[in-house]
Amino acid sequence: MDGMGILRGLGVTLKRFWETYWDDIVWWLRRGRRYDSEEGINHRMSINTRGIFTIQYPEEKLPVPEEFRFIPFLLYEEGENGEKQDRCTSCGICAKVCPPQCIWIVRTNDPETGRPIPEPQEFYIDVDICMNCGFCAEYCPFDAIKMDHDYELAVYDRVHNNIYNKEKLSKPVSYYSSIRPTNYTREEQARAEAEAAKAARRAQRN
Amino acid sequence: MSELTTIVENTLETRFPEVVVRDERKGYEGFIIQAEKLVEVVTKLRDDFGYDYLSSVTGVDYLPEGKMEVVYHLYKSTGGSALVLKAQTPREVASVPSLVPVYPGAELQEREAWDLYGIHFEGHPDLRRILMWEGFHGHPMRKDWQEAYYEEDSKPYKSRWPDGEVWRSEDKNTFHKNVDYPAGFDPETWVPDGDASLYAGLGRVVKPGNGGGLGTEQVVVNMGPQHPSTHGVFRMVVTLDGETITALKPVMGYLHRNHEKIGERNTFLQNMPFTDRLDYLSSMSNNFGYALAVEKLMGVKPPERAEYLRVIMAEFTRISNHIWAIGFLLNDLGAYFTPMLYAVEERELILDIFEAVSGSRMMCNYFRFGGVARDLPEGVYEKIRKLVYDRLPRKIDELDLYLTNNEILRSRGEGVGILTPDQAIAYSASGPLLRASGVPYDIRRADPYSIYERFDFDVAVRYHGDIYDRYMIRLDEVRQSLRILQQAVRDMPEGPIQEGKPQYQVRVPPGEAYGRVEGPKGELGYYVISNGKPNPWRYHVRAPSFVNLTPLEIMCVGNKVADSVAILGSIDIVLGETDR
Repeated sequence: MDGMGILRGLGVTLKRFWETYWDDIVWWLRRGRRYDSEEGINHRMSINTRGIFTIQYPEEKLPVPEEFRFIPFLLYEEGENGEKQDRCTSCGICAKVCPPQCIWIVRTNDPETGRPIPEPQEFYIDVDICMNCGFCAEYCPFDAIKMDHDYELAVYDRVHNNIYNKEKLSKPVSYYSSIRPTNYTREEQARAEAEAAKAARRAQRN
Repeated sequence: MSELTTIVENTLETRFPEVVVRDERKGYEGFIIQAEKLVEVVTKLRDDFGYDYLSSVTGVDYLPEGKMEVVYHLYKSTGGSALVLKAQTPREVASVPSLVPVYPGAELQEREAWDLYGIHFEGHPDLRRILMWEGFHGHPMRKDWQEAYYEEDSKPYKSRWPDGEVWRSEDKNTFHKNVDYPAGFDPETWVPDGDASLYAGLGRVVKPGNGGGLGTEQVVVNMGPQHPSTHGVFRMVVTLDGETITALKPVMGYLHRNHEKIGERNTFLQNMPFTDRLDYLSSMSNNFGYALAVEKLMGVKPPERAEYLRVIMAEFTRISNHIWAIGFLLNDLGAYFTPMLYAVEERELILDIFEAVSGSRMMCNYFRFGGVARDLPEGVYEKIRKLVYDRLPRKIDELDLYLTNNEILRSRGEGVGILTPDQAIAYSASGPLLRASGVPYDIRRADPYSIYERFDFDVAVRYHGDIYDRYMIRLDEVRQSLRILQQAVRDMPEGPIQEGKPQYQVRVPPGEAYGRVEGPKGELGYYVISNGKPNPWRYHVRAPSFVNLTPLEIMCVGNKVADSVAILGSIDIVLGETDR
């Protein structure tokens, strides 16, 4: 019969309307907070969510997964007296692998011998050009450049703000371990193993 | 391939001595055909050997040899691997006969080769620029053409390291100094004649009121480029008699960024994230095709687990793309945003998985040569399992119940925008567009790649070739994708995900390769030529959104102007891929 298809479709709409508010009611009765709480956001992101599951950005924010990548940053180790030790050796692999070529590196040369020192003098990333592909972090042999989680980068004046220099790019290793704990543990383990193997080789040689 | 080779050797080479010669260059396949005899030979191939489907037409500039080459990939619509034909022509007066009389599907692709390479196609009915604008000077894909922000022939650029003096391109090339005009061209006084020539082909006929009817005048109307129904910046120039379409020309290129030129400046690996930006709704499939093409050249095969991960991601992409297409088709029909939002909700959960695995929701950049970028993080496998076994099948059924028998969708869709099977093949339609016309051609079955021959699934096919069937086929394909996913999730082995050590500078031996996948929108092919250097010599994308527009006119003529919107929506194009 004509019109039955539309009616059935409207039934689906009605069901979804009901589902959207049903959970609100259940959560309210249980005195839970469905909005503005981590629990509520996680529920709305889960496989079992029903109805409309909008996250109310910017009041609420989607938690990003560990692998989420946005604009690279440079890692430095913090010394005991607060001095910064760059992990970067200015080998240039990130600049070579970068698809839009948005990384500029100035290598440091020893003023006396003129030989290069494994430490960047300057390090620039034009974040207007960066396409967030993550290759620099993926292929860096020293775990010195990693992708960030901070995606709120809007500025009023891109000309003066969007070429990041070394100072702006540098973040401590502790920050990295806080946003990517699993990756950090795995890399530290691999590093420790490599160190141990190196020490063993040295011991053998002596 | 051996069977094909013998057929062509035995028959064509004896029948056309010295016309058909085998391509003996190292790493190359197929046959070189004398340009003058091209039409004769392909007509024979189509009529006697069943090569009825011209998949792609690619121009190549061999600058050192002073030659241009046009590469044709022919297939049988019943399945099988490619027959590659090549026609060579001197670079200075590049001209080959047009194949439009034999394969109408060559029309847009030959225009592209003319536009970007300056290869003239003798006998083409409408050889105009297609991606670049009419006042453009030169043919940008030629190897000696340099773009406005030209720095070097290939990346990585030397200015980045070790003395990286940072600068902005726009500071070095200020406005008005970065554009090259033809001789005697003044942009201030120029009046575009491109539109005039466009409209001239459409005709503007005043019908006398014979038989007592009223006299009618045909009107030319521009649909787009700034129009929500065109899914981006796409223009349809339609001639109307009353509300009935009598002629239609697609106009595109507003989003053109010369993806292929960028690709030839890039190293092989650097192209991977750029492929994400083609059809930005299905970046995983884009990665897949490109990885296949380069792996063919390198001769590597990904490990088992990586193959399964690839299939899982590609099929998820198909699902998310199809529900998106269905949602937007309903939008085009006037059901504003409710069906669309219901449909794309499930896409949200799929994108969450992509984000967890690849780090980005849409620009996934997940495939590597000989593997994938990373394994599934903790908890994602469980989520995938629940999604493909429980939630998605349920939700697809709900979508089915919600829309399929809807009277408005049926009356707007049934019998509108018909493409017959013969037309679909002749016009090189691919993907859901081809299969909705009754041609059961799916590359996953017809010319299997990766591990698709292991899975149990059906090639979805519908027989009316109208808008409604193109809606139905997408639902069918989602269901088949779910079947594949369920098997893949069940059988996925443990193990490594990358063959050998990950490398940022891969060694690609010289040669050519054409990697094609059944993308959500149709046949997505990458034609890559390596000359042993770190950068591809030629990188061509056979974009389904682009080629599927070739039959747009024949589908629209005779229908009402409002239906053209729905017909375009049922093809499912993404302008990032159409314009490249």
